[in-house]
Amino acid sequence: MGFWGRAADYLPLLMEGVWLTLVITFFSVVLSTLLGFVWAVMAWTRIPVLVAISRGFVMIIRGIPIIVQLFYIYFVMPEIGINLTAMQAGIIGLGVAYSAYQAENFRAGIDAIDKGQIEAAHSIGMTDQLVMRRVILPQAIRIVLPPFGNTIIMILKDSSLVSTITVAELTRQGQLIAASTFDNMTVFTLVALIYLALSLPLTFLTRHLEKRYSQP
Amino acid sequence: MIQVQDIHKSFGALEVIKGVSFEVKKGEVVCIIGPSGSGKSTILRCINGLESYQRGAISIEGAKVDIADRSITDIRTQVSMVFQRFNLFPHRTALENVMEGPVFVKKVSRAHARDEAAALLDKVGLGSKLGVYPAKLSGGQQQRVAIARALAMHPKAILFDEPTSALDPELVGEVLAVMRDVAAEGMTMVVVTHEMEFARAVADRVLFLEGGTIVEQGPPQDVLRNPQHPRTQDFLHRIIHPME
Ligand SMILES: Nc1ncnc2c1ncn2[C@@H]1O[C@H](COP(=O)(O)OP(=O)(O)OP(=O)(O)O)[C@@H](O)[C@H]1O
Ligand SMILES: [Mg+2]
Repeated sequence: MGFWGRAADYLPLLMEGVWLTLVITFFSVVLSTLLGFVWAVMAWTRIPVLVAISRGFVMIIRGIPIIVQLFYIYFVMPEIGINLTAMQAGIIGLGVAYSAYQAENFRAGIDAIDKGQIEAAHSIGMTDQLVMRRVILPQAIRIVLPPFGNTIIMILKDSSLVSTITVAELTRQGQLIAASTFDNMTVFTLVALIYLALSLPLTFLTRHLEKRYSQP
Repeated sequence: MIQVQDIHKSFGALEVIKGVSFEVKKGEVVCIIGPSGSGKSTILRCINGLESYQRGAISIEGAKVDIADRSITDIRTQVSMVFQRFNLFPHRTALENVMEGPVFVKKVSRAHARDEAAALLDKVGLGSKLGVYPAKLSGGQQQRVAIARALAMHPKAILFDEPTSALDPELVGEVLAVMRDVAAEGMTMVVVTHEMEFARAVADRVLFLEGGTIVEQGPPQDVLRNPQHPRTQDFLHRIIHPME
């Protein structure tokens, strides 16, 4: 049986993994975006306590390998009474870890808006909330979107890390098949090709956004 | 209408406003002149509540301007500001820039706000530029949009911070002309400016500010033509004869 024949044998199992990979990626992107936005807004308020919490959190998260964070959530949390399924732990772990990177991205986008406009908005009576919604966000989104595309790709790839906490996503399915068939060559070539097939469209989308938003 | 009483303001250890008091009556045009760094912008920003002050009191028709109080957004809707660098919203057209405050702050209906914004832009000579983005407008046109944006709030007063200083010389006139029209309609105005011609023609009163205090004030014919204080004389001399 040639490569494609064997590949066809493995594909159904791998596709189950693909499904989980997509689910993890999707929810991790959502969680990291929401949390990252919260950190960025906290930093923006210039309220000392909030700024300190946001900065401190981002610093700590960025200083610890994601895989260690995953182990922490999955293996240590139960000891203090918080039991999560491997899926939940994976999504929370990736979401929280990436929220730190997203926060930096959002902060850069918010900071890039000229202060004069914000003053002008205040001078016509806009509240901070309205300034955020009507002046900062519509402009920041152009700055934030291209790096956001990259972040999605990174999360997609790093979702393979949750294989280490027993989630049977794509990478782990590959490992399992390879362990029982010893056909490392076919299995991991296939796994790599699938990741590529998932990330390439995102790469092109990001490039497109970069081009589209580089001119004002 | 605008009461400024013994205002003090420091940035860290640097005291930039050292006890300034003045009053602006309804319909009055007050010009503030003075050297760079004398605190002109800071005073305007305090009146509009964009900047806090440490001592003294500012009130608009009796309502205290307190940046820490919720009322501050109310006060800002009553006193508009026009900036040196225009500060238009670049992602919105001229029309949208003018509509923004009425629609989102004052909750005026879109249709009504649109009609009024169009009329205001027409009044400042930009009736043909409604759908144009700021990047496609000259500095003078942008500043006229900014004035329309200020007027759209139906403010009790408008503060102008060197509205023509960032403009090419040939564009200064069109902005001053609009400001003169606004003044003629009875708008209360505080104008920081180096345009002595404008001050002479339009101002009811001129304040000369230096080092965070008002050194001299009075009607323009006195302060500008016949200044009493040597500092004012020196400043005006340097403005009129910059090469000496
Ligand atoms: N945010 C700030 N932080 C620290 N110092 C400031 C700040 N804003 C203004 N200053 C200082 O306060 C002083 C007065 O500034 P202000 O902008 O009011 O002067 P100005 O009279 O408007 O000058 P110009 O003609 O250059 O606009 C200056 O010495 C300036 O450096
Ligand atoms: Mg100034």
